[in-house]
Amino acid sequence: MNRKTFCAGLVATLLMAVPVMSSSQALADTLGDIAARGTLRVAVPQDFPPFGSVGTDMAPQGYDIDMAKLIAGKLGVKAELVPVTSANRIPYLQTNKVDLVISSLGKSAEREAAIDFSTAYAPFFSGVFAPPGITASKATDLTGKTIGVTRGAIEDLQLTKIAPSSTVIKRFEDNNGTISAFLSGQVEIIATGNVVAAAILAKNPPKRPELKFLIQNSPCYVGFNKNEAALKAKIDGIIAEAKKDGSLNAISQKWLHADLPADL
Amino acid sequence: MSYHFNFGWLLVYYPELLKGTWVTIQLILIGAVFGVSLGVFCAWVRALGPAWLKPIVSVYVELIRNTPFLIQLFFIFFGLPSLGLQMGETSAANLAMIINLGAYSCEIIRAGIEATPRGQFEAGASLAMTRFETFRYVVLLPALKRIWPALSSQIVIVMLGSSVVSQIAVEDLTFAANFIQSRSFRAFEAYFVSTFIYLTLAILLRLLLKFIGGRLFQRKAAR
Repeated sequence: MNRKTFCAGLVATLLMAVPVMSSSQALADTLGDIAARGTLRVAVPQDFPPFGSVGTDMAPQGYDIDMAKLIAGKLGVKAELVPVTSANRIPYLQTNKVDLVISSLGKSAEREAAIDFSTAYAPFFSGVFAPPGITASKATDLTGKTIGVTRGAIEDLQLTKIAPSSTVIKRFEDNNGTISAFLSGQVEIIATGNVVAAAILAKNPPKRPELKFLIQNSPCYVGFNKNEAALKAKIDGIIAEAKKDGSLNAISQKWLHADLPADL
Repeated sequence: MSYHFNFGWLLVYYPELLKGTWVTIQLILIGAVFGVSLGVFCAWVRALGPAWLKPIVSVYVELIRNTPFLIQLFFIFFGLPSLGLQMGETSAANLAMIINLGAYSCEIIRAGIEATPRGQFEAGASLAMTRFETFRYVVLLPALKRIWPALSSQIVIVMLGSSVVSQIAVEDLTFAANFIQSRSFRAFEAYFVSTFIYLTLAILLRLLLKFIGGRLFQRKAAR
């Protein structure tokens, strides 16, 4: 490589780096862009009911879709839904293909280094569920009881650690096995996620699983790019308002068949 | 590419494997004894029994022989509770194996009975034996002797088929293997060991059946 091509290469490299640097350093104004564009582009799940799936009319539906529409409505713009997978939802945001990620996104240290989060808008937790007649407020209350769980799931691993040794843990092959076991009365207590409990509630069983105690809590947040103070304030405001006026609770009732937890 | 076997988890999880193996042994012992008994009864009905009972047994045999074992198991465990018949997972597994082996062994034993020459029935009658005694001493034992290898194979098949009972949370050998692989992430080794145990169990079961067959038929011949 001679000196001339080296210099040209160096300049080209620097030029390519310039827009990257400017976009990350300058204070972006996504909120202004959204208003100017008239649409809010939201990354939503398409394969994760009840948060996001494709309905019989081929239109996306779910908790996250309703949330996206609610936020777009409050901003006075149209919601443009962009279906994503759980692996590419953050890259879509980072490459500015979407303004917001509303895709049952949980918080983690790695994610917080890459993007910013709103306040929580949806409950996502695993816990111990049982019909109202059964009292169990902590792991030691499970003494001598039989409890169903999906083998290898996070609830199985946690429960095995915290449950007393006299607890009989019945491990089913997949969530459908656990659901069937509960519905058919083969087990009265299950440890599972609130989404699975919602799937049971959707079938209107005679014995309704209600949360007895939490095993792990990781609620969902709206994700957006860093350095978007105005956008964050606006979204947080909309979420707080929706919590207060009951519209978020209505979405929770519609998709999760349960009220929002008080601590959300 | 080479795979490094790591059997270190065996030290931690061998009680699960032993427990699972014992559950599988219990399942097949109960299943074989009651299943073959049911099979003998059904074979008698189909070959020599009263006319009104024949259609019932035929429906049972065809129903079981033409549906998958896993579905039968789910039907008993998840389906029957809606009809008010609730049973635990071990009872459900036992029942499913008994009715499954009952249907298959019925057809095998019936073949043995129907191969009995007409003259043997007449010989029994001429010795003033009742119909039951004729069946018991003259027909059944030679029939069983004829089809013993086929019946043994069917029992081994049902034993191996019992691996699906882990689907309803019965903690058999397959459940133990699945459990270990979801905890230790040593899938290859876990299934390697369980395969070896199943193979050993199958060989031991065949030897046991051969031994039983030998005792059962030899003694009668010597009389």
